[in-house]
Amino acid sequence: MTMSKVPSIQARLRLAYDQFDLDVDLNLPASGVTVLFGHSGSGKTTLLRCIAGLERPKEGFLKIGATLWQDSDSDFFLPTHQRNLAYVFQEANLFPHLSVRGNLDYAVRRLRAKDRVFSLEQAIELLAIAPLLDRLPARLSGGERQRVAIARALAASPDVLLMDEPLASLDEQRKQDILPYLTGLHQNLQIPILYVTHSLQEVNQLADHLLVMAAGKALACGPLAETLTRLDGPMALDRQAASVWQGKLISHEAEYHLSHAEFAGGSLSLPYMDMPVGSSVRIRIYARDVSITLQPPEASSILNILPAGVLALSEMGQGQTVVQLAVGDEVLLAHITQKSAMLLGVQPGMAVYVQIKGTSIVR
Amino acid sequence: MLNAADLDTLFLTFRVASLATLLLLLLGTPLAWKLARSRSRWKGVINSVVALPLVLPPTVLGFYLLVLMGPAGVVGKFTLWLGIGTLPFSFGGLVVASVLYSLPFVVQPLQNAFVAVGEAPLEAAATLGAGPLDRFFSVALPLAKPGFLTAGVLGFTHTVGEFGVVLMVGGNIPDKTRVVSVQIYNHVEALEYGQAHWLAGGLLIFSFLVLLLLYNSQQTQTLTQSLK
Repeated sequence: MTMSKVPSIQARLRLAYDQFDLDVDLNLPASGVTVLFGHSGSGKTTLLRCIAGLERPKEGFLKIGATLWQDSDSDFFLPTHQRNLAYVFQEANLFPHLSVRGNLDYAVRRLRAKDRVFSLEQAIELLAIAPLLDRLPARLSGGERQRVAIARALAASPDVLLMDEPLASLDEQRKQDILPYLTGLHQNLQIPILYVTHSLQEVNQLADHLLVMAAGKALACGPLAETLTRLDGPMALDRQAASVWQGKLISHEAEYHLSHAEFAGGSLSLPYMDMPVGSSVRIRIYARDVSITLQPPEASSILNILPAGVLALSEMGQGQTVVQLAVGDEVLLAHITQKSAMLLGVQPGMAVYVQIKGTSIVR
Repeated sequence: MLNAADLDTLFLTFRVASLATLLLLLLGTPLAWKLARSRSRWKGVINSVVALPLVLPPTVLGFYLLVLMGPAGVVGKFTLWLGIGTLPFSFGGLVVASVLYSLPFVVQPLQNAFVAVGEAPLEAAATLGAGPLDRFFSVALPLAKPGFLTAGVLGFTHTVGEFGVVLMVGGNIPDKTRVVSVQIYNHVEALEYGQAHWLAGGLLIFSFLVLLLLYNSQQTQTLTQSLK
């Protein structure tokens, strides 16, 4: 499935700014989590605010499904409160004069949708905030506040959920507390989520689709696995470059503290995880943890060795080469030295073996 | 002790100050809201006009009001045309003058309170479906509540305490425009110090108690902050 086939969120926006000009022409998918990724100042938050109508770009065309939100050619601009969206801000931005329940009711009383896709009870349950309902926001911890903000957004029954770095103001422990709720959203919500972050960890964990931004422009946009491994994209050349595979848990080998999972690229041994067989898992394989051999090694301490075909390679500078490999139906990246690439004679079309030194489960 | 005339002035003062405060809050709230959110270059001009009574001698304000509201002034001609006579030396004129004189004491605390509310909760309200008017009443107003208390108390007490403008615009007519501050002046002129003490002391204690109440109700904010 490529993104261009589901042109559900169409956004052509231009906005002059101090440091950069936002200038994008995007088709984002109708479902799943699209992560807007980039460094601070790349324009990702500005883009989200334009979609929400909190900024008004001079030139803009914005259509969500069949609903037009902005068309500067005909001077049409739907104000924020008439757009059926919900927005989770970086600082939870709860109304300090209302209790948690009051904050939720505020959204419910102003429902714009004719049909509720999400009930208040569901929102309260999904974010586990029932014990907090009578408290004022000032009496909540940062993590609790953000959970209430997410529940309030869901209670608005939006057509699209916009999230602007909802974890950025939380410490590592709180982030880990909230991430399961976010992946839960993902499984329970039919509506598209646009999620702004500068954290690769959140990209790997949450994204179905990825939009990479820099200096107000979209550098790459597409399904996560594809966008991460595109050699002409910015992600594959990064030192933290990784491939993300989605698969299913098939067995445990408790005595070695291992679990086995099946992927479109083959089966892998993973560090043991306490999940039932059949659960879906998502793993991240850093490109620097992948090495290439021409023959299958007869004896190796590395458990995960798979046959692969070289698709393409590209020099990264500083003596490094990135190799894009087909492993079964998955794509895998390997960072190797330029010298190794030369000695092995790596070239597109070549059959090789990959040794995967480490994997981590992100979800 | 207070005599009947003194009690009349007290009652009149209370009526003027209550009505003026009510009008000030009604007029001051939209004005303060606009000023708090405007980025127009006229903002400085309007802010300065509103603040003028803080620095002008009350007699200057009183003088111009007298001229404007008199039978030859623009306002005076208009009120004559309306058939309600002219405003100087009447209860209505006193209220109008008080409203103008106390305007900064109401607008500035409100304006600061609205600025302190900030853009963030209003944006959150907009994303949840609240229109501009809804946002004002459901978010801005409740969050600016401490500012309203300050504005109301300052507007009322300041109106009670005015003298110069009142004397210029209202004169010294018993039961119509003779307020407490003017009555104290009358007593002192007539060397009735005992009577003057009763009224002056009463005003002193009243003002002190009101300010004490205000400070105790919002310990984090000082009046000078809200009158920045």
